[in-house]
Amino acid sequence: MKTETITLNLGPQHPSTHGVLHVVIELDGETCVGSKTNIGYLHRGIEKLAEGKTYTQVIPYTDRLDYLAGISNNLTYVQTVEKLMGIEVPERAEYIRVILAELMRIASHMVGIGIYIMDLGAVTAVFYPFIQREKVLDLLSLVTGARMTFNYMRIGGVAQDLPEEFFPALEEFLAQFPKAIEEYHTLIDENEIFLARTKNIGVISAEKAMSYGLTGPNLRASGVNYDLRKVRPYSIYDRFDFDVPLGTNGDCFDRYLVRIQEVMESYKIIKQAYKEIPEGPVMAKVPRVIKPPVGDVYHQTENPKGILGCYVVSDGSDKPYRVHFRRPSFNNISIYDEIFIGHKVADIVAILASFDIVLGEIDA
Amino acid sequence: MEFFDNIFVIAAQWIRDTLATLGFTSIWIEMSMGVVYLVCILGICTLAALFYVLYERKLAGYIQYRPGPNRLGPHGWFQTVADAIKLLTKEDVVPANADKAIHLLAPLFIFVPTVLALAVIPFGKGMAALDLNLGIFYLIAVTSLSTIPIFMAGWGSNNKYSLLGSMRAVAQMVSYEVPLVFSLLGVVMIAQTLQLQGIVEAQSKIWFIFLQPLGFIIYIIAAIAETNRAPFDLPEGESELTAGVYTEYSGMKWALFFLAEYCNLFIVSAVGTTMFLGGWHGPFLPGWAWFLIKTHLLFSFFIWVRWTFPRIRVDQLMSFGWKVLVPAALANLFLTGIGIYIFNNGLGW
Repeated sequence: MKTETITLNLGPQHPSTHGVLHVVIELDGETCVGSKTNIGYLHRGIEKLAEGKTYTQVIPYTDRLDYLAGISNNLTYVQTVEKLMGIEVPERAEYIRVILAELMRIASHMVGIGIYIMDLGAVTAVFYPFIQREKVLDLLSLVTGARMTFNYMRIGGVAQDLPEEFFPALEEFLAQFPKAIEEYHTLIDENEIFLARTKNIGVISAEKAMSYGLTGPNLRASGVNYDLRKVRPYSIYDRFDFDVPLGTNGDCFDRYLVRIQEVMESYKIIKQAYKEIPEGPVMAKVPRVIKPPVGDVYHQTENPKGILGCYVVSDGSDKPYRVHFRRPSFNNISIYDEIFIGHKVADIVAILASFDIVLGEIDA
Repeated sequence: MEFFDNIFVIAAQWIRDTLATLGFTSIWIEMSMGVVYLVCILGICTLAALFYVLYERKLAGYIQYRPGPNRLGPHGWFQTVADAIKLLTKEDVVPANADKAIHLLAPLFIFVPTVLALAVIPFGKGMAALDLNLGIFYLIAVTSLSTIPIFMAGWGSNNKYSLLGSMRAVAQMVSYEVPLVFSLLGVVMIAQTLQLQGIVEAQSKIWFIFLQPLGFIIYIIAAIAETNRAPFDLPEGESELTAGVYTEYSGMKWALFFLAEYCNLFIVSAVGTTMFLGGWHGPFLPGWAWFLIKTHLLFSFFIWVRWTFPRIRVDQLMSFGWKVLVPAALANLFLTGIGIYIFNNGLGW
């Protein structure tokens, strides 16, 4: 019997492409035999826009890269410029940065886990993790006044000191957090259908993960112990005691597990940082107009989605000559076309969601 | 008590008597009663759908830590009315390359098996529009027709998502028909009748859920699959196939599919009540009230399941149906047969 494959456009308008990702898949029945990922539907030219702004004015644009982790993006950029200028950041500011960045990681992973399970068909699963995200966003808006686009970090420190109410609120959050995560474990980990849908789906070997340049939880799910906070500690991460959760199979289930375990490590870091936080200024002495010396610098940090790198070239003026971001989701999705092959449509959605991608970051 | 129990039967008899006194011949009376029954069934259908659309949203809200619809009317109970008006006034879009006739007929045909099935459901003692002596056989026959309109919708839309969804629907509904029928056969074997009224009468001492626990579980699973609800909502499969077979439907046509889903769910709950939960049997309250309460509880269970589980994958669905449910249903039949044989030959009891 003569059979034909059909071409299916998954996206750019599709409920589970996490924005506007466009995957053209070739289907034999329900099995994928070919795939092509198209990006660019959310391109706003952030890198080019940055060339027309002063160094400080670039910070709000970084919020819009991975819009689920604005604080972390802020951190990468301001640290890059600080590295270029050789600015020492006050202790208190470093602690504030770490606490907020880890809170951001919790919020981002909560979205990642919730949306992932929703894409597997369990709509309720999105609401439970989002409760925790909501609490984190409340904390962050207490500090920064915003929920998504924080614009809080400054070159040389942070915009303002923590408000008085912050620590009691943080304590309250930390007190209920481990119990909530425990609840998610009981709801999700042992669910027969969830296991059937994620175990041995989209398996990525450690070698392949490294050769495609995967970073973050997606890399560690394949069993590669590479977390910048441990390998090349930036800020003050070398002072804290935390583990790097690793997966074993590199399948969709491990990618979920690594994320939910990482959240508990972030919790540990916040607990330590909040006890040790010193008094003092939150802003270093930096000139009013920031003019880094001529030169270029590359710096990277471990963001919730993976390693966000930032490359800044300065020509000595008050505006960057060139800014480039190495966006983790962009590199992570490069493996899609290979691992989609041979899976069912439903699995493609599961794999896609298990990577926890953000299109704002992919298209920049 | 006796009066309330038979209130609908008495009402039907009153209509008959009135028509007779007005001088109608018996054929005209039967025909008018047919119209009355049809209107009642359509009324039940519509009311059930309108109520359960909102009830599901409320219950889902409760499960998900949110209030659900709460703006229009007391506690948002008029929300469905507003939604219906919105959907009625929406533009009726037919895709350019769609098979127009099939595309239009599918949402109408989806109601046919629903209405046909409701005709035999015994809502109380003597409260079935048609008391066929082949009741359960008829029920299975008409409900399996609902595969066709869904496939029509998928085919007529000329959309790849719809086509994939409708292919899934056919495979799924045909496969799960088998364990569904086998699970009901156990009950028929014990009750020794195919008549739904008779099956309920046979449960006056003990509900069949206690004699057929495995059969009940298989029925519940197969019923969820038959009505295309999560975790078996593959034909719709929102996160994979956008809206599956319903992708190209908008406005009132989509609403008809939506209402039919709730009607069908109401029917499988009602059949579950009739076959396993003792139908109208129960103390104090009138029979029809017990029937509605039991149906409501079963319906709530289906909603609970929907908002708890992730969706199963298409190949897992098939292997689960054929490798687990069908053998289990056959084993159930076999055990039931042995049980009946031992019981009839009075081995000690």
